[in-house]
Amino acid sequence: MASKKMDVTQACLLAIVSILCILCIIPFLMVISGSLSTEKDIVDYGYTLIPKHLTLLSYKVLLLGSGRILDAYGVTVLVTAIGTVLALLVNSMGAYVLTRKALKYRNILSVYALITLLFNGGMVPWYFVCVNYLHLQDSLLALILPALGNAFNMYLVRNYMLSVPEEIYESAKMDGAGDLKYFFRFMLPLSKPVLATVGLFTALAYWNDWFIALMLVNKQELQPLQLILRTIVSNIEFVKNSGNAMDIQRLTAQLPSEGIKMAATVITIGPIVFLYPFVQKYFVKGIMIGAVKG
Amino acid sequence: MQFFREIKLNGSVYAMFVPVAVLLFLFSYMPMAGVIIAFKDFDFTKGIFGSEWANPIWNNFDYLLTSSQALRAIRNTILLNLLFIAVGLVFEVGLALLLHEIRSKAFKRTAQSITFLPFFISWIVVGVFLYNLLQYDHGAFNELLKWLGADKIDFYNSPGWWPLILVLIMRWKFTGYGTILYLAGLVSIDSSYYEAAAIDGASRWKQIRYISLPMLKPTMIILTLLAIGRILNADFGMFYALVGDAPMLFATTDVVDTFVYRSLRETGDISMASASGFLQSIVAFLLVLGSNAVARKVDRDSALF
Repeated sequence: MASKKMDVTQACLLAIVSILCILCIIPFLMVISGSLSTEKDIVDYGYTLIPKHLTLLSYKVLLLGSGRILDAYGVTVLVTAIGTVLALLVNSMGAYVLTRKALKYRNILSVYALITLLFNGGMVPWYFVCVNYLHLQDSLLALILPALGNAFNMYLVRNYMLSVPEEIYESAKMDGAGDLKYFFRFMLPLSKPVLATVGLFTALAYWNDWFIALMLVNKQELQPLQLILRTIVSNIEFVKNSGNAMDIQRLTAQLPSEGIKMAATVITIGPIVFLYPFVQKYFVKGIMIGAVKG
Repeated sequence: MQFFREIKLNGSVYAMFVPVAVLLFLFSYMPMAGVIIAFKDFDFTKGIFGSEWANPIWNNFDYLLTSSQALRAIRNTILLNLLFIAVGLVFEVGLALLLHEIRSKAFKRTAQSITFLPFFISWIVVGVFLYNLLQYDHGAFNELLKWLGADKIDFYNSPGWWPLILVLIMRWKFTGYGTILYLAGLVSIDSSYYEAAAIDGASRWKQIRYISLPMLKPTMIILTLLAIGRILNADFGMFYALVGDAPMLFATTDVVDTFVYRSLRETGDISMASASGFLQSIVAFLLVLGSNAVARKVDRDSALF
């Protein structure tokens, strides 16, 4: 009797959670379906979960018609790769310093970093510092530098590094290794789990960023993927007017403007969704490490 | 003297802190100093520090707090954030409890992965999803209404719907992510508590009420405190990508951040924009301190610092 009742409860739980899961993926399916639908179907039947007539036209127009989406891909990949590697290096070095108990000014440095988490100047002074004083505009550096130093990520790494036994440090010291050598040879390899987590956070932030680009980049060829996507979404004329006119004109008569928006969206999220199954467990672990107070 | 001895002794270690220290200085501390713009009569050619002081010095704030647009933005930000915090707490704790009660490990893991997925995509992409759903001519939701024989709703012209839409979207994107911490809290509860309670005849529901929820209380308090501290800050990306420049919706969707952005990049009212930014920072600081003090009184261990 009791187990029967429990099974009903379990069944209800599974049903509720399943519905929530379906709600989470439906928008993804609709966008994919939209990108593969003909314009006529979208206009006639609206967005649906399964395309009525499959077509790759939207993707063709998008990739043929505009070299800019490929440029944007290049910019985004480059910024993400360089930014992530540099951010990991800079923040984990800082984190390491905060774990060396022998340092007299360790607490001052810790507070120095902590303050940046509690206060900020806001959008306006940030903008003027970047533009007027650092002259960071219209360059790859402008897309990379502002988000590089991150006190939150530094604390995440530090918390993890604190769990590495001090004895390793002692014995490395005895063998004559300096701090720099110890850091690269021992500390970094031992910190792989947290570096993977923070690296993924950082990569995701760079990949999805468009705020910095919106503020600091006006040059079209430097615009990252997300910003191009926004332009495409808000202004489909962009695709019609750019790129290879001959190819486009042939297609313009039947230009699938709704489909193109969807195709551009799919292209933008593509890599993340492919990576997702591999990185998800690291994320969960990483957030839990971050939950440790201090 | 002591300082130099320490540097001589450990200089090479301190050197490793230099890059991050410089970056934080440039992109966090310099803008903090820049908040004085809020008290200046900003002149592009003279820069932040060269511009004249405002006359009277609180002039920008006077202007800000008498501008109906700014007040509307402040009101919207606070109300929307309160809504986000309350609904967020219910959803995140709720989903964590649901998942925790499920016995199948594989199902639990899969469900967690799927609900976490929306966290990975940018607001711009979410904007496309939303447009897909709500667009008047062939948005899926309106197609559904049509199919049901109801009247279509022109969402992008009806500000009344947007608090609800924004809350739902916020939950869609962040519930899976927010649930993780609560789930971690639940997993770490010693199972002997539940066993003892079960022996005493406590139902599942009672166990949740008297064991699970109290154990989650510290996490709930900390996360809520953090959220309250940021109550005057909106997620700029969210509002910019979902609502964009749609003045018809501003009645319920214009928040301080979008207002500041417009003042900075479009209308060019720099002093006004920075006065709002300054107000945000000060309010955030006071709220963090205040709510932390309250938390200390209620439950010492739950305070942030």
